Amino acid sequence: MKLARVVGTVVSTINAPDFDGRTLLVCDLLDPSGRPSGGYMIAVDTVGAGAGETVLILDEGNSARQVLGAPGAPIRTVVVGIVDAVTGEEVSK
Amino acid sequence: MQLARVIGTVVATVKTPGLEGVKLLVIQPLDRHLVPVGSQLVAADAVHMAGPGELVYFVAAREAAEAMPDRFVPVDHAIVGIVDAVRSLASDDPAEGPRPPATAQPATKSSPPRRARKAGRP
Repeated sequence: MKLARVVGTVVSTINAPDFDGRTLLVCDLLDPSGRPSGGYMIAVDTVGAGAGETVLILDEGNSARQVLGAPGAPIRTVVVGIVDAVTGEEVSK
Repeated sequence: MQLARVIGTVVATVKTPGLEGVKLLVIQPLDRHLVPVGSQLVAADAVHMAGPGELVYFVAAREAAEAMPDRFVPVDHAIVGIVDAVRSLASDDPAEGPRPPATAQPATKSSPPRRARKAGRP
């Protein structure tokens, strides 16, 4: 799983049927200290994450489909948690 | 999933079984500010409506084949949606879409000096 920050949404009306009614979030990937590490992902929201929140992203197809309860959906990246804090001795501030 | 711009089409008459009737498009992946990033790819069009110039999002790996009518096809990138707008949730970071009308004010202010500089050049 990856840490990321929600920075936007993607609005789309023409999409694969499995995306109907799902919220797509633009998420900047973070390192454990909370700094953007460069990349981004578009993820399907499952937890109701909002702007600026640090989230946990799952980037694996089978798990994503299991979380969504959508077998056969072409979805690989989902937001599965909202992060309150990341702690640890090795985590640089 | 990532954003991309459709920049061309691929015509292939000889294809592996299962890919008949599948539209193949050349796409340029973009970062979230819609700046091209990485190399161009050929992606299958799973929405059947994407065309050159359009902003789309695509899925990679095994999930790309899941987007196709036949799930067991050799497809590793598929366009799964056409983007209407990328809305930035931070006020200082507009990506795409309608901008607040207030931003037009500085633009009109800055245009007279620009014209003056051009005129002053020998």
